[in-house]
Amino acid sequence: MQNNNPLSPHLQIYKWQISSLLSITHRIVGVINFFAIILICFWVMSVLFGYNSYQYVQASLNSTFGKFLAISLCWTFSFHILNEVRHLSWDAGYGFDLKIAKITGILVFFGSFILTIVFYLLGRDFF
Amino acid sequence: MAQFSLPQNSKIEVGKYFKDKTGSKNLKKINVYRWDPSTGNNPRVDTFEVDMDNCGPKVLDILFKIKNEIDPSLTFRRSCAHGVCGSCAMNIDGVNGLACIKSHTDISGDLNIYPLPHLKVVKDLIGDLTTLYKQYESIQPWLKIDQTGEEKTELKQSQKDREKLDGYYECILCACCSTSCPSYWWNGDKYLGPAVLLQAYRWINDSRDGDKKERLKKVADELKLYRCHTIMNCTNSCPKGLNPAKAIGSIKKMLATS
Repeated sequence: MQNNNPLSPHLQIYKWQISSLLSITHRIVGVINFFAIILICFWVMSVLFGYNSYQYVQASLNSTFGKFLAISLCWTFSFHILNEVRHLSWDAGYGFDLKIAKITGILVFFGSFILTIVFYLLGRDFF
Repeated sequence: MAQFSLPQNSKIEVGKYFKDKTGSKNLKKINVYRWDPSTGNNPRVDTFEVDMDNCGPKVLDILFKIKNEIDPSLTFRRSCAHGVCGSCAMNIDGVNGLACIKSHTDISGDLNIYPLPHLKVVKDLIGDLTTLYKQYESIQPWLKIDQTGEEKTELKQSQKDREKLDGYYECILCACCSTSCPSYWWNGDKYLGPAVLLQAYRWINDSRDGDKKERLKKVADELKLYRCHTIMNCTNSCPKGLNPAKAIGSIKKMLATS
């Protein structure tokens, strides 16, 4: 029997929790990283194609947009790595407690920015 | 692919506005999801102005006040009013919970009340939980023992083994967790959902049960179990303070280590 009753609202009304927000971000960032790795492969390949092509890629990465892209990707990777550690600990059976999950979530969020800054400074030979 | 927007017949319209008639100064606006199967109209959200000076402390008290004094056609499930039966599970202020133990004083501003998310609505705040109950049945929530009729003896359980069920046996199957889970929204027909998986774990973990291996084998399924991505909306919404995410994690761990 076909049930033609309406469907109660879901995404439209459900309040975002820290945990659900991080979960969906993890997913989106994962997809971005997938494409980012392809981009990185092209970057590496450009070295193989000789000086000119490398120069071209280098120049475009040094443009304002290129820098923005590079730093954004640093963040997406930082976030994904840190949140994946969280997932690994869950798979091992730790960190399910609501309070702990909240704290690790917040740590991941702020940690990802700190890690991005570290990546940036590493790239600038700061250390 | 999951459908993120509501189907055409479920789009919510602006409903009636019930102005306060008591002349009270302490008013709260309550927005309630309404759908009447007899009219064939789309669901709507009615707004009630409720006199909070003469109202009990819980969300269920507000609903009763509306039903008794403003609109008797308002429909919702309730029974014990003490957080034991799980009948009055609904979406209150964006998070699933039991209306009978949720205090409205915790919520500032207008109060939004919807039925449990992503269910077929039966009427107003009542959602259809048939699928969930069928899934519950599928995990065979009863003790299965090897003993035959003649040699049946009492099954003893040590205190330690009994303690393993703490945090799981308290589940009242109110469906707050399952209907808060985005994975369950998109794959509710195949994925068992947090409530049923917590129950599955409760039986897997029972020292008296003789069917642990079969139970684990049955639940080890790409769709039935592994659609859980540890979003943890379930644990965030459980009105009894239980942890379905942990139960599912424990099943996954058992499967990985056995």
